[in-house]
Order: sequence, then C-alpha cells, then structure tokens
Amino acid sequence: MPAHVPNAGLTRRDLLKRTGGLAALAAFTAACGGNTGRPSSGGGSGGSKVNLSQWYHQYGETGTQQAATKYAKAYTDANVSVQWTPGDYGTKLSSGLLSNKGPDVFESQLNIGMVKSNQVVALDDIMADVKDDFQPGDLATNTVDGKIYGIRMIVDPQVIYYKKSLLDKAGIKPPETIDDLISAAKELTTNKVKGLFVGNDGGLALGGPALWSSGGTYLTDDHKPGFTGARAAQAFGKLHELYASKSILLGSPTDWTDPSAINQGLAAMQWIGMWAVPGMQKALGDDLGVFAFPALDAQGKPAVYSGGWTQFVSAKSANVDAAKKFVKWLWIDQSADQEDWCLNYGFHIPPRKSLAAKASKLQSGVAAETVKLTADYGHTDNPAWTPKMGTAFTDLLTNVIKKGADPAAEISKAEKTVNTELSRLFG
Amino acid sequence: MSAPVTTSRAEDAATAGERRRRRRPGRQKGIAGNALWFWIFVGPFVLGLLVFSYLPIIWSLVLSFFEAYNTATPSKFVGLQNYIDMLKDHNFLSSLGTFTIFAVFIVPLTFILSLALALLVNQVKIARAFFRSVFFLPTACSYVVASLIWRLSIFNGVRFGLANTILGWFGIDNIAWLSTVSPPWYWLPIVTVRLWLQLGFYMILFIAGLQRISPTLYEAAYVDGAKPGWQVFRYITLPQLRATSIAVLILNLIAAYQAFDEFYNLIGNVNYARPPLVYLYGISLGSIQDLGHGSAGALILAVIIMIVTLLQARIFGFGKAGD
Repeated sequence: MPAHVPNAGLTRRDLLKRTGGLAALAAFTAACGGNTGRPSSGGGSGGSKVNLSQWYHQYGETGTQQAATKYAKAYTDANVSVQWTPGDYGTKLSSGLLSNKGPDVFESQLNIGMVKSNQVVALDDIMADVKDDFQPGDLATNTVDGKIYGIRMIVDPQVIYYKKSLLDKAGIKPPETIDDLISAAKELTTNKVKGLFVGNDGGLALGGPALWSSGGTYLTDDHKPGFTGARAAQAFGKLHELYASKSILLGSPTDWTDPSAINQGLAAMQWIGMWAVPGMQKALGDDLGVFAFPALDAQGKPAVYSGGWTQFVSAKSANVDAAKKFVKWLWIDQSADQEDWCLNYGFHIPPRKSLAAKASKLQSGVAAETVKLTADYGHTDNPAWTPKMGTAFTDLLTNVIKKGADPAAEISKAEKTVNTELSRLFG
Repeated sequence: MSAPVTTSRAEDAATAGERRRRRRPGRQKGIAGNALWFWIFVGPFVLGLLVFSYLPIIWSLVLSFFEAYNTATPSKFVGLQNYIDMLKDHNFLSSLGTFTIFAVFIVPLTFILSLALALLVNQVKIARAFFRSVFFLPTACSYVVASLIWRLSIFNGVRFGLANTILGWFGIDNIAWLSTVSPPWYWLPIVTVRLWLQLGFYMILFIAGLQRISPTLYEAAYVDGAKPGWQVFRYITLPQLRATSIAVLILNLIAAYQAFDEFYNLIGNVNYARPPLVYLYGISLGSIQDLGHGSAGALILAVIIMIVTLLQARIFGFGKAGD
C-alpha cells in the first residue's frame, strides 16, 4: 500500500465525530481539574454569602463525618463545605496549602514552618476572651513568637491500655518502670497472645514518651536539642530491649491507632489513644485498665503524650475574616457542638477547662484515670520541632530499636540534622 | 540502490496526488491541510506532555536551585547547595543502595522466570490462549491493591496470615514478615508482589520473541544433530531472543528504579528499605515539604537513570542495526 493514502478507512464525518469527542473529553478533563473540593466562588460581600471550605482528616469513629457536616450546615453567615479526607491527609493538606485552591479552614498540628512560610494566620483576637479557659499546654503547642495560631479542638492522650484479667492471672501489677514493662510483656506472651502492641513499626510512637520518661525533651526552651543526654540514650536502648524481647506484636493487620489488636486478643496491652476507649469498652467491657508510659527508673517520671487536633485558618484563604468568624463560632462559641465532638463518638478530652469539668463521660472508669494521668504527666508537641527534625528522630529510633544500633552514635547523627534546622529557623 | 526507490515513491505520490485532484475537483488539500490535521491529532498529546511532563521538569530544575520550604514559588536562591546537600545526605545515598539490592533481586529473577514461563506456555499444546491470559492477568492489577493483599492477607505477622498459617502446619513460629529487619524478611513480600505483577507482561514479550524465530532454524539444527533441550535453547533460542532480552532487561531496570508503590504500601517510609523515590517523596511531598532538596534529588536520580540506561544500551548494543 502506498504510504500516501490518507486514512483509507476514515471518512470526513468520522473524523469530525472523533475530533468532537476529543474536544468533549478535553472539556471534561478540564472540568475535573477544576474540582478542588472548594466551593466555586471565592469573594462576595454584596448580599450573597461567602463560601468556605473546611478540611478534616478521616476520623475512625462512626458518625464523625455526619457531625462535622451538621455543624457546618448550622452556620448561617457563610456556606461552609466540609471536605473529609480518607488516607494521607497530611500530604493532601500540604499541597492544598501551597496555593489558594486549598482550604480556608483546616485541622492539623502547628509547626513553626507553617508560620514562617505564612500558611496560617494569628488568632489572638478571637482567642483573647477565652484564653484562660484553655490548658496552658494546649496554648503553648499553638503559640509561636507569642502569637496563637490555632484553636485546640480535641486532646488525645496516648497511654497503655491493658486487659486486667490477663495481668491478674499472671499476678502482674501495672508496670512502674520500663524494665517492669519489658518483663510484664515477656510474661504475658504466649503462643497465641503477645504481651504488648506498640505499632507494626516496632514502637516508633514510644520515642517521645521514652525520652520524657528519662527527663529529656525534644527541644529545650532556648531552642537546643534536648534528646542528647546519656539518660535519653539509655531510654532509647530500652525500647530496643523491648523490641528484641519477642514479646511485642508485629505485623498486625491494623496499626496501633486502632483497638482491633487488643480487642481481638492479639495482645494483652496496647499503646493507643483515649479515642478508642468506647470501642475497647464495647469489646472488653470492664476488663480494661490503663497506665502511663512508665518511668525510665526511680529518677524518671511516667509520660503521657497529649496529642490532638487543632483548627487553623489558612493565610491563603480569600476570606480570612469570614473564616476566622466561622472558627470562632464553632470552636469557641458553640460549646454544645464541642462537647458533642469530644465525647459522643470517640473519647477526647475537651481542651476547654469549663467543658472538661462537666464532661460526665470522662468522670468514671478508665476514661477518668486517663484524664488524671494526662493532667499529671501530659506532654504536648513543641511547635519549633519541624517535620525534618521529626524524620531525623524517627530514623534514630528505627536504627536503635530495630537494628540495635548504638544510641549515642545515632543521637549525634540526629543532633546534626536538628542543629542545621535550628540554625535555619532561629539563626 | 536507494535513489531510484525514492524517485519511484515520489512519482507514486505525485501520480496519486494527480488522481485525487482529478477525483475531487476544486478541493485543494496541500501541505497546510495535512499540517492542520497533524496538529489536531497530535496537539492534545503534545500539550499534555508539555503541561504535565516538561513544565514540571523545568520547574523542578528551577526549584532545585532555591530554598523552597512549603512553597512552589521560592525566592531565596542557593545555587548548587541543594545538590551538594543531597550528595552528602547518607539517607539519599542509602536509598540508592536499597535500590541496588532490589534491582539485584528483581531484574535477574524477572528475566529468568518470565523466560521460563514463556518457554513453558509456548510449548503447551492445549489451551495455550488460556494459559497465556492466566499468567498475563496480574499485570492488570494495581500495585496498591496487590500490596494491600500482600500486607493484610498473605504476609501479615499474626497467626491467621496465609504465610504464617502454612508455617504453622510445620510447627514454625509466626514471622512478622514486614517488620523484621534481621533477617530482612520484608524483601520476600516486596520482591514476590512485583514478580507476581510483572512476570506475565515480560512473558508476553518473550512469547512474541519466540514466535518470531523461524522454525527452519530448529529444523536445520535437528538435521545437524543438535540435541533438543539445552543445546537447542543455548545455541538457537537464546541468541535469537537477543533483541527481546535486551529490551526486557532495560525495561526491567527502569521499572525497578521507579519502584514506589509496593515499598510505600508494604513498609512505608522507613530508613532501612526505602528506594530513592519513596525518600524523595517523603522530603518534598510528605510532611517535610522541602521542594528544593527534593527537586535536586530527583534530578540527580534522573541523571543516574540516564547514564545507566545509556551504558547498558552500549554494553548490550541495544538498537544496533539488525536488532
């Protein structure tokens, strides 16, 4: 066939149809590209209501998404659309915050990088009247250079819950030191049940609590690494001992944030947040006890990681003032909604002292004990601790816990990265 | 020899053009018309390639010279500092090491197994299409889905995982496949999931290669007294598959460099087994949002892939005349 016969099988009509189809496809994909989950129009003060987009990560408890949508709908001064994000919320949020196509209002945890790159706005004006009603730690974790950038929505203490019956049967008391914890985990391990579940990664979540239990901190108040001492090295070494004791559960289908492992009897004790208490009580009834991460030794102190989520207003929002107004309405004025959010799905401590005091669901049983442990031993995040420092710290833990590397050598490696970051941020 | 052919083709074209013009009087379809149709068809793809491939690459090059935390429009120029940092970053270097280990496992294994599979399927006398499809089918499965099945059902670390159930029959203790670093059991799920997913594809390439070998070669070998089996495979089949083999090796190595999905979904971003892409993703698009260093690392990786591919092509003579 000579090469120049142009598309023998294609008539002009066919060609038009196909190019038409192509154009339609292009229009369709263009429309898809424009769907960012954000309401279509941005500004607008003249009579019509402003559109706001509010981003959440996916909470595990049923009813949370409906509740979030309900609050947003009830707000009358703006049209608030809720974007619920299953999967990797952090990454999606990071890219959302790079442009003005992202959220107006979002939940996250503060780090100084967000302030330096101007992603969040200060909320001191709306916080002024209620500042004293928040726990100091929950304010500090959201404060950079004296300005408050976020409103704590929920406080999620992370501790160790255990099946009382199994410890009683073995004649074991709740551990008071890390050595106690290691030997309890060993004793509770059978061929069906492991002693302790601290995550499929072998216990990276315990890095902070172990550090605190030795008397260390991530960063000191004058912005120096606080994890470099010999006692910190000793604590990290203990985490390796725990990992190597063959008494921790690894490779569970769900990770430590989900109570399935303890509920299904795969482990006798589990490191997890208070959010899972309703789920654990449903499966285990009263057969549930709690203790904080134990002290390194007699000179140490038990530790509770007081994590949680905080509400922010994006500096790239086209309607910063409207967004601030909405955030004030929902997370400061609507105390009934805040109570609902903290107590009716998973259990979270309300960050407002006034609400926490009347939270009847948290005044008995393991929930009450967890609240007490948090008050006594709670530690919140330091906003000067950036994700890059976090990664260096995680690498340190992985090398020590899983590979059995020398803690002191790994600490000095991480210290180098942290110091580089500190000098970038604070000069 | 070639000149007369060109002339005759040109004449052909000319006469055909004449014919067309005669058939459709008044309709001039010259070079301009052809160019228009060329752009209508090719344009959208060129545009897509520009917008989604070339522009990001160029932008990445720009970013790699800036300090770009949490922003894609940075202002602080740092010159080559990001490149220097990345080349000194032991995590980045160890990710290249991880890739090397992975490639050492996966490239020869895929090559040998897919060739063996192709030889077997090609010799099957009945239901050949069925076998071909069965082995090819996993190629259609997504890496993410397969990784989830591997992690949650086959290689989970508890007693009801498939692998541990089987070990249990022989009285062997549960193994936490993905969490154990000594011995590094995590390589088993990582390598097997990729083998399962890609063997079928390379098998098809080899089958196509096998079917291109002329039967007369085998007949001649038979007449010359070559023993069927190894001798025929070694001196007829394998040399005849040279072009296919080289293509398979190069494609395989590039695919290994691009490994991301199964690592990310099976073990996450852990420092003992993360290939370069997982590490770079963590730096630039994960929580760190350091687009400057991430871009510099990505470009270093691109240069390495280019050099390795060129070297490989040079050594094996890929694309030489006659292949």
